[in-house]
Amino acid sequence: MQNFLDQFWPSTVDGLSLGAIYALVALGYTMVYGVLRLINFAHSEIFMIGTFAVVGAVEALGINSPVGTLALIGLIVVLAVVAAVAAGGSAVLLELVAYRPLRRSGGSRLAALISAIGASLFLQQLFAIVVIPRFFDRPLAGGHLPVQSNDFTDPVNLFSIGSVDFRSDKVIIFVGALLMMVALDQFVSRTRLGRGIRATAQDPETAVLMGVNIDRIVMATFALGGAMAGVAAALYMMRFEETVYTVGFLLGIKAFTAAVLGGIGNLRGALIGGMALGLLEMYGSSIFGAEWRDVVAFSVLVLVLMFRPTGILGESLQRARA
Amino acid sequence: MCRVLLPLGREVYDIPGPGVTVFSGRAFTGLGLVPDPPGSGWKGDTLRRNIMRATGAVALSAVLAVSASACGGDSGGSGDKNSVTIGFMGDLTGESAGIVIPPKQGAALAIEEYNATNPKVKIKFKTYDSQGKGEQAVPLAKTALTKDKIVGLIGPAFSGESQQVDPVLEEGKVPSISPSATNAALSKNGWKFFHRIVGNDDVQGSGIGTFITNGLGAKKVFVVHDNSEYGKPLGTTVESTVKAAGATTQVGVIDPNASDYSATVNQVKAFAPDAVFFGGYYAQAGKLVKQLRQAGVKSRFLSGDGSLDPGLAKGAGGTVADGSVIGCPCLIDPTGKASPASKKFSEAYKAKYKTDTAIYSAEGYDAASAFIAAIKAGNTKAEDINKFLSTVDVPGVSKQIKFTPTGDPASSAIYVYEIKGATLPLVGDAKTAKLK
Repeated sequence: MQNFLDQFWPSTVDGLSLGAIYALVALGYTMVYGVLRLINFAHSEIFMIGTFAVVGAVEALGINSPVGTLALIGLIVVLAVVAAVAAGGSAVLLELVAYRPLRRSGGSRLAALISAIGASLFLQQLFAIVVIPRFFDRPLAGGHLPVQSNDFTDPVNLFSIGSVDFRSDKVIIFVGALLMMVALDQFVSRTRLGRGIRATAQDPETAVLMGVNIDRIVMATFALGGAMAGVAAALYMMRFEETVYTVGFLLGIKAFTAAVLGGIGNLRGALIGGMALGLLEMYGSSIFGAEWRDVVAFSVLVLVLMFRPTGILGESLQRARA
Repeated sequence: MCRVLLPLGREVYDIPGPGVTVFSGRAFTGLGLVPDPPGSGWKGDTLRRNIMRATGAVALSAVLAVSASACGGDSGGSGDKNSVTIGFMGDLTGESAGIVIPPKQGAALAIEEYNATNPKVKIKFKTYDSQGKGEQAVPLAKTALTKDKIVGLIGPAFSGESQQVDPVLEEGKVPSISPSATNAALSKNGWKFFHRIVGNDDVQGSGIGTFITNGLGAKKVFVVHDNSEYGKPLGTTVESTVKAAGATTQVGVIDPNASDYSATVNQVKAFAPDAVFFGGYYAQAGKLVKQLRQAGVKSRFLSGDGSLDPGLAKGAGGTVADGSVIGCPCLIDPTGKASPASKKFSEAYKAKYKTDTAIYSAEGYDAASAFIAAIKAGNTKAEDINKFLSTVDVPGVSKQIKFTPTGDPASSAIYVYEIKGATLPLVGDAKTAKLK
């Protein structure tokens, strides 16, 4: 308990910056669920593809030493765009290859779920066996080992309040994630495409009757969710500068949890859920020790779902408009 | 490869071994545990057909079993008189391959040197890639015993997989010598076929603990471990050793699958220790030291043999990990200053692999040398070799090759190494070395 009090503020800062990444990844789960009522388990691999896009982009830009904080912000924007394109593109490809044929032939949702798990394993092994050894040439055993990006950040302490340090990388993650979420929220509630997404989420059949092109909407949903995972990947790489073919696995589970915690299908719920999960993990580990981190987080998840079965903010994309 | 002609005329390739029924799984799906697709026929029909299919599958697997054992004799293995097979098992392509490939190369070198002398009985060297996972290692060990008929195994490399594989070897009565499984509990199982050529974690933990209090003069020590079968006992031994020497301690744990250790980093920062010891492997050690330094923790970082790899410095990035100290019961001595035998080995290793000797390469060489000594003495059966190992007493590269009755090496010193860029120069014996 003493630990908890001592580390309350540092834990809060870490929890929010960790939660911001969970929240960005959670958006992909939540949007696809809102529109298709499908848990896209391969979304964690979309994030993984994003991290490798960042490694490649840093190398292609010829950056080999840490850049200053201002230049870093510019660099992160560039990396985020590259990663968002790579991840969003892969997400669209995934929908075309793994889900659309099943939807067309009237396959059950369960079949699509199995297809998602299959796609997830396929992408992991594809990277471990083919992509990493070939394009991210690393000595020794190759594809299964972690891949470090060129060093491009050297986090500095921006400011301190009391004993609490606000480091540049953590602040950029939090602010960046928040900006992306506001942008997405506005996009979904204000644009024509966003209206289509909401209409499809509400009632696909009526939406079709009203002239909404479902395939286009589904594709846009995957692209947007994937792009968010790409941005998350860029922010993640700035913090850790290391990735591996299974990087998405644990993070994907956490993000999915965050989506459920906030209310799956609900954009703002993903934000709340992600932040809540990040904070819970940090507080939990400062009280009980880091080995209890996941136990604490998931116990709280169960408790919340017992009293609010649809999560903190409740389900469904359409109500997110407020 | 072994071809089996089925009664129906279909060929099945690569039968795993005698008595292994490949198709027996069919019997269960056929019995109706998996429902037939709707509209596939009347109920009674389905049932009768399923029973027939099931009996057919059982009969088929019986045939396979018989034919597989009939042709098992000539497939691979070391059945002939002029050669025996020695196996090597460990993580050759997984996350921790960096500390398993050097002992494999050391062992291969020893066997190659032996075969080059044109002995009466040659040795075949066969590797088994367990990726460090027990669930992969056990089936591989069974293949090694039944199909390849190995007479000795160098490995398994890690303690976790050893825990699962060694009982299999015990049952198959095949001796093993691990170059790197250091978990202290392994030699307390009463196993008769288990040996290792490396000091266990109790020896290592107390050696490193002594160095932390004597060599570094640390008064406050934070111990982090990864909760693994290797990291946890090692961390606990280090903690109890420094505590006994009067230091105050605190313990934290990290999840090796996670990438964010900020909770533990915050604990370390609040404790403000003189030294941080990490019990775990280099992939996590690199990330941990990076995150500690980013958070402004400047304490000396130490770790055990699982972190003795340039991958630590690479994972931490740049020169972040410089000055960190790694303890190891292994001798890595590329310049060969420890002994003439060490010098000779280092030169031969470099000539063959174009790299310097690395972690456990000398121990891998010594493990193979122990088997070679047994085979030279005329032992070609697994049980005879095991008997010989209990009395073996020959000079090796890293130490005198001699085992206690429980399979531990008779003597083992702990050495400490300091990270400098991508290199890990030897500082000295943990008992006497000093660092400022």
